[in-house]
Amino acid sequence: MRDGEPLIRWEWIGDHVGELADYTGIHLRLGLLPVLFGLIISVPLGMLCHRWRWIYPPTLTAANVLYSIPSLALFMIFVRYTGLTERTVMIPLTLYTLSVLIPNVVDGLASVPEPVRQAATAMGFSTVRRVVQVELPIAVPVVVAGVRVAAVSSISLVAVGQLIGQGGLGYYITRGLQLDFPTPIITATVLIMLLALVTDALLVLAQRLLTPWARGKGATA
Amino acid sequence: MNDLLNQIELVGDWLTSSQQWRGDDGIPHRLLEHLTYSGLSLLFATLIGLSFGLLVGHTGRGAFAVASVANLARAIPTFGLVVLVVTLAGLSTTPVLVALVALAVPPILINTFEGVRGVDPDTRDAARGMGMTGWEVLLKVEVPMALPLILLGLRVAAIQVVATATVAAYPGLGGLGRFIVDGLARNNYELVIGGSAVVVVLALVVQAVFTALRRVIVSPGLQPSATRS
Amino acid sequence: MIRFDAVSKNYPNGTTAVDELSLELAEGGITVLVGPSGCGKTTTLRMVNRMVEPTAGTVSLRGQDIREIAAPELRRGIGYVIQHAGLFPHRTVLDNIATVPLLLGWGKKKARARAAELLELVGLPGDMAKRYPYQLSGGQQQRVGVARALGADPPVLLMDEPFSAVDPIVRGELQAEFIRLQKELHKTIVFVTHDIDEAIKLGDNIAVFRTGGKLAQFDTPERLLAHPADDFVADFVGHDRGIRRLSFVKAAELPLREGTVLPADSPVARARALDEPWVLVVDDGRRPLGWAAVAELPDGGTLADANLAPLGHTFSLVGDSARAALDAALLSPSRLAVGVDAEGAVVGVADAYELSAAMAEDAAVGDAAVSDTAVSDEAEVRVAKSDAGGGER
Repeated sequence: MRDGEPLIRWEWIGDHVGELADYTGIHLRLGLLPVLFGLIISVPLGMLCHRWRWIYPPTLTAANVLYSIPSLALFMIFVRYTGLTERTVMIPLTLYTLSVLIPNVVDGLASVPEPVRQAATAMGFSTVRRVVQVELPIAVPVVVAGVRVAAVSSISLVAVGQLIGQGGLGYYITRGLQLDFPTPIITATVLIMLLALVTDALLVLAQRLLTPWARGKGATA
Repeated sequence: MNDLLNQIELVGDWLTSSQQWRGDDGIPHRLLEHLTYSGLSLLFATLIGLSFGLLVGHTGRGAFAVASVANLARAIPTFGLVVLVVTLAGLSTTPVLVALVALAVPPILINTFEGVRGVDPDTRDAARGMGMTGWEVLLKVEVPMALPLILLGLRVAAIQVVATATVAAYPGLGGLGRFIVDGLARNNYELVIGGSAVVVVLALVVQAVFTALRRVIVSPGLQPSATRS
Repeated sequence: MIRFDAVSKNYPNGTTAVDELSLELAEGGITVLVGPSGCGKTTTLRMVNRMVEPTAGTVSLRGQDIREIAAPELRRGIGYVIQHAGLFPHRTVLDNIATVPLLLGWGKKKARARAAELLELVGLPGDMAKRYPYQLSGGQQQRVGVARALGADPPVLLMDEPFSAVDPIVRGELQAEFIRLQKELHKTIVFVTHDIDEAIKLGDNIAVFRTGGKLAQFDTPERLLAHPADDFVADFVGHDRGIRRLSFVKAAELPLREGTVLPADSPVARARALDEPWVLVVDDGRRPLGWAAVAELPDGGTLADANLAPLGHTFSLVGDSARAALDAALLSPSRLAVGVDAEGAVVGVADAYELSAAMAEDAAVGDAAVSDTAVSDEAEVRVAKSDAGGGER
């Protein structure tokens, strides 16, 4: 850092409000779409794992192995196929969410009390209806707990995508390093944290609205 | 499919060329750097996270603070933090290590805490009732019972540290990330993909080490109930 | 042995768990603390091994104030069994049982040998030693819990609702096993339960607590049933306490008639001559065969030709209590109870009315005898009970 350079130049933020807002939007898209895709994959996969228990350990191991691969390496492997596009960032991020979402879907379904399951069957629910109308709603608090963890870490990981030119607010982090100018780095880092925390809070709120019967329970990750 | 084979061939060529195995820019040296960053920061993070986690879990005091710190820490973008540290403190190992430690402490801390706090109150009561001192309860009952979660915390921390140490090459540090960053800068795809392969192998080894560790040191009596991860 | 002197436990939020408790527990007996939830019974138990420290008063063990002994040291000398056993999930059954010996520094080999011995004592097969707690049923876990408490052969055992988390059948087995063990070991046992039946079944003395941590009555089970101190105790021991106290009257003391008993080879005419509605038919060894309804007997021949109604069940004059006799009378087709001796031969019969009159007398005499002496004169009572209770247990 240059001598005499302040940590934050507030006027820089004022000059870049519009641009920051644009990048914030991109960042949210890059961070949250993978969580949505992850959920689309994890719910059916988790249901299969719940139904056929033996699939679960290998599935979980596979998800954990994917999660252990550093994002930078995974981005590079996908660049070959999907180029320097947003998809190259979102595919690995989607894969990362699986190691959190699949176990939470399975645990959520396991949290459905057996008497409830049997009562639903006894009342004449078909298997599909029972799963969709009874079991999944009861599993929501546990699943949301997983979504919160996945969303927060996904939002924070997006920034690394800047190394292939697709990092949302990560743009300001590399920019700041190149210019030896801390203001954009701090601004972007703080903004990313805020995005993560606000998303987390909104998810808690959404869960309370979705599952009024479960208030105060299962809301922790 | 052909393309995948091409890629594997590319990695193979890169790995087998002798220049990759010599000097400061060779795989052994970069791997050693990477392991040094990761190992040291993991060691310090374990000392900090484990002792505070055990303390808070055992006494039950400060639980809220631990949960808040962990929640907040998860939201910090690691890339931003590392770049910021280098910008502010210059390109040297210690500040980056501090950043890595800061990233690795929360998962260890929160899982250790949860593991100890999750010990069945009846079991803890029985342990005290049989005449165990506070230390004996901690070391003979709480720690062994919390081990599955403690190991989970260590594994998550290790994975994050290894990944972030890769990213740390971007602002100019060594380690395996150098291959990727340099490859990108020089438009040398062979270097990028070769470096990525080495990083992937290291990550898989870390994952395998923790799986094995769990098999060896967690009591078989805890395995069935310990499927949460 | 264990003595409470004006012991109170108050919590900062203003609740009183135990209020001015004074109690002396005799050596070698089972004292049951019983009462509704929130009555301070568990708190009282936990004050004995300093899991809870009293806010006022003194608890002493063999004359020594327990505050003078370091808590871990005190606890290693007192067995402790809790409701869900609280086994260590990460240790094998054998190592769970060896816990206290190891804490006392016995050395692995000796501790494990002792543990193996205890495993057998509580009635578990030796091959369970290597299992982990999750591989055991609730009842088996509870047995391991008891074995673990006996690890260092402590003279005192504290048991906090040890059998309440298992189903009634297993509970019955565990209780029977526990009584057998106690006959062998003669520990001083403090036992907490909310179940008055369990208290009466197991206790040599019973302390009934009321909400607010006050001792309502401390007595033998017999006296508790005969003379509840107040309405609370009467209500708590239940409306069938009259029947329950019959458990403490020996069947041998009941008056029996012999008239209505006839051998199978007796002619029918002889049965009619007795002028009774029912005749008990016995074989050569006077073992009961069944009841003959006199009105339905054939015109001639012997009783061997008659259709006999089944006996229901008999009661034994050697082991059973008056409660078994009354039950036998109520279940018999003739409403007559059949008393047999040790060989199973009929001694006589009695109806429910005769039985209850005799019991009332007997109980009154028993009460007078007890109330003349000190409450803690339990030796005599215990003898009477172990005789009378044989059939119940």
